[in-house]
Amino acid sequence: MRLRRDRPGELVCREAVELVTEYLEGLLPPAERERFEAHLAECPGCCDYLAQMRATIALLGRVEPHALSDDARAALVDLYRRWREI
Amino acid sequence: MAPDGELVSRLQGGDEAAFVELVERYQGSLLRLAASFVPNRAVAEEVVQDVWLGVVRGIDRFEGRSSLKTWLFRIMVNRARSTGVREHRETPVDLTNAEPAVPVERFAANGHWAQPPAPWTDDVDGRLEADDAVRRITAHLHHLPHTQRQVLLMRDFEGLTATEACAVLGITEANQRVLLHRARSRVRGMLETDLGKV
Repeated sequence: MRLRRDRPGELVCREAVELVTEYLEGLLPPAERERFEAHLAECPGCCDYLAQMRATIALLGRVEPHALSDDARAALVDLYRRWREI
Repeated sequence: MAPDGELVSRLQGGDEAAFVELVERYQGSLLRLAASFVPNRAVAEEVVQDVWLGVVRGIDRFEGRSSLKTWLFRIMVNRARSTGVREHRETPVDLTNAEPAVPVERFAANGHWAQPPAPWTDDVDGRLEADDAVRRITAHLHHLPHTQRQVLLMRDFEGLTATEACAVLGITEANQRVLLHRARSRVRGMLETDLGKV
């Protein structure tokens, strides 16, 4: 689907959402970063989108791995002892 | 909680308690990473056990040039790839925009939002609500392509840097970035679908 831009050179939402990760990683070149931030300044939808990506990342950081089962712990201690005996 | 470096020194000296502490600390992370490489839980457990054997054998050679966590993950990935069990097949990462972060139908012909993001971030402020969202993410994780899941595990679950994630997974920075972007975008989309209010 080709874009029919209202103003040539302006960043549009469909492009902005693809830059979010590079923006958050600090990888956008300065000019691109300015263009992205200029878009945010006048686009509530993309501000919400960026906030949602940040919230998503924060939630991902809260995902804990499963705790170690007693069986698994016993098996690994056993493995360690057998190795030490060699 | 003892720092990793201290546990490493103690393990190098043959301290079983240090080994148990390391197992407590990293078994869960290793298992969920292993599960993204091999077809089932039983194989994942075997691979992780093999990693621990590699750790007790090789701990004297660990010099601390990378973090212990990164070192463990690298051993894990090497073991998973050499088990002989066929790894989940992946098509090479397509760096063109084959998978948009947001479905194109959500945008008007001029590229602006036709259907802007449905709000949900206020609903995950509380601890219970955030826990619920985390459960949704966990359930959804299995639907992600394996390579996306692996990058997400390294970056956002485990908090590795991009450089560390690339070293562990043996991928380029460019691929890492694309996979991370797609994975995060998918998870955001899932949360919006589940929690968003239109």
